[in-house]
Amino acid sequence: MNLLIKNGRVIDPSQKIDDTLDVLVENGLVKEIGKGLAAPAGVETIDAAGTYVVPGLIDMHVHLRDPGLEYKEDIISGTKAAAAGGFTSVCCMPNTKPVTDNKTVASYIINKAKAEGFCNVFPVGSITYGLSGERMAEMGELKESGCVAVSDDGKPVDNSELMMRSLQYAAGIGIMVISHAEELELVGDGVMNEGFTSTELGLKGIPRVAEDIATARETMLAEYAGVPIHIAHVSTKGSVRIIREAKARGVKVTCETAPHYFSLTDDAVRGYNTSAKMNPPLREAEDVAAIKEGLNDGTIDAIATDHAPHHQDEKDVEFNVAMNGIIGLETSLPLSLVLVDEGVLTLKQLIEKMSCNPSDILGLNRATLRTGAIADITLIDPKLEWIVEADKLASKSKNSPWLGKKMKGAAVATIVGGKLVFKR
Amino acid sequence: MAEFKHKHIIALRDLSKDDIELLISTAENMREINSREIKKVPTLRGKTIINLFYEASTRTRTSFEIAGKRLSADTVNITPSISSATKGETLADTALNLLAMKPDIIVMRHAVSGAHYFLANKINCSIINAGDGAHEHPSQGLLDLLTMKDHFGRLDGLKVAIVGDITHSRVARSNIQGLTKLGSSVYLAGPPTMVPPGVEKLGNVTVCTTMNEALLDADVVMMLRIQQERQGKTLMPNAREYSRYFGLNPANLKLAKPNAIVMHPGPINRGVEMSSSTVDCAQSRVMKQVENGVAVRMAMLYHVCGGELE
Repeated sequence: MNLLIKNGRVIDPSQKIDDTLDVLVENGLVKEIGKGLAAPAGVETIDAAGTYVVPGLIDMHVHLRDPGLEYKEDIISGTKAAAAGGFTSVCCMPNTKPVTDNKTVASYIINKAKAEGFCNVFPVGSITYGLSGERMAEMGELKESGCVAVSDDGKPVDNSELMMRSLQYAAGIGIMVISHAEELELVGDGVMNEGFTSTELGLKGIPRVAEDIATARETMLAEYAGVPIHIAHVSTKGSVRIIREAKARGVKVTCETAPHYFSLTDDAVRGYNTSAKMNPPLREAEDVAAIKEGLNDGTIDAIATDHAPHHQDEKDVEFNVAMNGIIGLETSLPLSLVLVDEGVLTLKQLIEKMSCNPSDILGLNRATLRTGAIADITLIDPKLEWIVEADKLASKSKNSPWLGKKMKGAAVATIVGGKLVFKR
Repeated sequence: MAEFKHKHIIALRDLSKDDIELLISTAENMREINSREIKKVPTLRGKTIINLFYEASTRTRTSFEIAGKRLSADTVNITPSISSATKGETLADTALNLLAMKPDIIVMRHAVSGAHYFLANKINCSIINAGDGAHEHPSQGLLDLLTMKDHFGRLDGLKVAIVGDITHSRVARSNIQGLTKLGSSVYLAGPPTMVPPGVEKLGNVTVCTTMNEALLDADVVMMLRIQQERQGKTLMPNAREYSRYFGLNPANLKLAKPNAIVMHPGPINRGVEMSSSTVDCAQSRVMKQVENGVAVRMAMLYHVCGGELE
C-alpha cells in the first residue's frame, strides 16, 4: 500500500523539520517529503491538515504479558492498544512466563508480533536468568535473537557486584541495560509513597529514598565502569537530581519517566484506589515539579508508559493485595501533550522524548522521516477531545486511573512500515 | 435530636462532630441497660449481625458480640483466618456469601487499611469497622472519648497525650480524628521511627520530641501497646530501652495534671509501655474503657440500623 499524507504539520527532529509538508510513502519506506507532492497512480491520499505528522512514537517500556500471562494482555491486544495510542514500536519487558531470558522466548515474541501484531515489537531480555538476580543471562544470544536491551524490570539486581559486572558485560556486547532502581529493604512491604497521604490512610509507605539510593548506585556503577545505563520509570525529585548531576559529570546515563509521574500525585490513592497503585508509587507535588523540570532541561530523555495490564480480579481487591501497575499505551500521548500546553516541553522535545530518544538509546534505527527510512509515522490531532472508556480501550485490561476522564489530543492514524494499522 | 445518616461506620474521619456527639450520648443512655438485672432490650430483635474478624481479637469481638446480644440481635462470629481465607477465597467472595444469608450488619476487623471501603462498594448491608490495618478503629476511639467525658464532663479543651507506636496505630488515628473534631488537642510522643510523616496535619496534633513534653500538664495520658514482634527489628533496640524512654511510670505520670486519667486500648504489656503500678493506679481508666466499649458498640449498632426503637 502506498500513501500520500497531505498538508500535515511535519515535525521531524532528526531532520530539523517543522513545516506544513506532504509525505509520500512507497513500498513501506519514506519516498519523499515536500510541498505540493502529486499523488502517483494507485496511491491512497490521507488529508492530514490540522494534524502533526511525526516519526512513529516509540514506547520503550511496556508489558505485553505474552507468553504466559495472556489473561492480562497478549501481543495482539497489546500492540493494538499501542497502535491506538500512536505507537509504532514498543519494547516489551521480560517478566513473562517463561521469562525472556533465552532465544526461544525472544523469537516467539518477535515472530508472533510479526505475524499478528499491529506494531513493531522489540523484546527486552532479562539481565539475570529467571529474573533471579543471581547469575547473568546469555546476553549475547539475547541480542542476536533480537532483544534490544536487558532488564530485570520489576525488581532491581540487588547484588551490586553482579550489577556492575552485568553493565560491563552488556557494554562489551553492545546491549543497553535498563535498571529498575529500587532498594528493596527500604521498600519493605510498603504499598504507596511514604508521606502525609500514607499516614492518613494508614497504608505502609515506600520512602523516596528507596529509589534515590538505587539511582545513585546505578549511576556510580556506570561511572566507575565507564559504561552506559538506562534508568527506568524515574519518579522522585532525588533521582532527577542524581541523574542530572551524573550527566553533568559525563556519566553515560539516560532515563525515562512515565506519564503518571508527571500527571498524578499520591492524592490519587485516596479512597484506596487500586488504579493508582504502581511501583514506583505515585509521589508528591514536589516530585511532579522535579520530573517536569527534568523533562524540560533534558535530564529525563524519554517518556515511556510502563504499560502494566492486570486483570480486574487482581485490581478489584483490598489495596494491599492489589497488583502494581496501570495500563498506559492509550493515554500516554494526550497526557504528554499537556506538557506542551503547559510550556514544559516544546513539540519538538515531546517528539524527541516519545520517539527519537528511545530509538537512539536502544539503537532501534527508527524515529526519522528521512528518504529511504522505514515508514513508521504517527498522525496526531492535538485538539481532539475524547473520554477514556473501558469498553473502547484496545487493551485487554482496564486498570487505568483515567477511566471516565476527558483527554485532549489523540493519534488519528498510525502507520507501521508504510501500512495503516490504526485510523480514528 | 440529631439524626444519624450514615449506613456504615468505617472511620471517625468520615463522621461530623454532631455524629460523634450523638453516638456518645446514645452510648451514655445504653449504659443503663448494662446495669439492669436483666441486661437485654428488644431494640434489634430480628436483626442479624456477623462479626467477621480476620485478625485475632478478644476484647473487641466479645464486646461487639455482647453489645449485639444486649440489643437482642442474633450475632454470629466468624474467624476466616481458620476457615475460607485459608482456602484462598477472596474477601469480596466471602462477604458476598455472607450477604446471601441476609445479615443486617457486618462488623469486620481486617489487616488491610481501607478494606471496609472496598467492601462497602460491594455489598448492601451496614458495615462497622472493628479495626482496619493502621487506619482506624472507630469503636475504640468512641469508647475512649466516652471515658474522657465521664471524667471531665466535656470533650473540648482537653490535652491528650498519646505515647507509643503512632505509625502502626489505628487507635491513635481514630482518637486524633475524634478529639480534633470535638475541640481537644493531641500531643504525640514516640521513637521517631514510630511517628509517621505529616501526622501533625491530621488534626489538632503536636509532635513532641520527648515523652515528658507530651505528658506535661496533660489531662489524659493514653499509652499504646508496643508490638513485641517489633523488638530487635529496625524500629527500636528492645523492650528494655523502649520502656526507659517511652514507658509510663509513677514518676513521669506526675508531670500530667493531678486529676489526669490514664488510658490504654489493651492488651497491655505490663512493665513495657506501662509499669504495673500505673495500670492499677487510681487514675487508671483501663477497665472503664472496656466497660464503656459495650455501650459504645450498642450505640453504633443501634444507629446504623436506623436508630428506631421497636
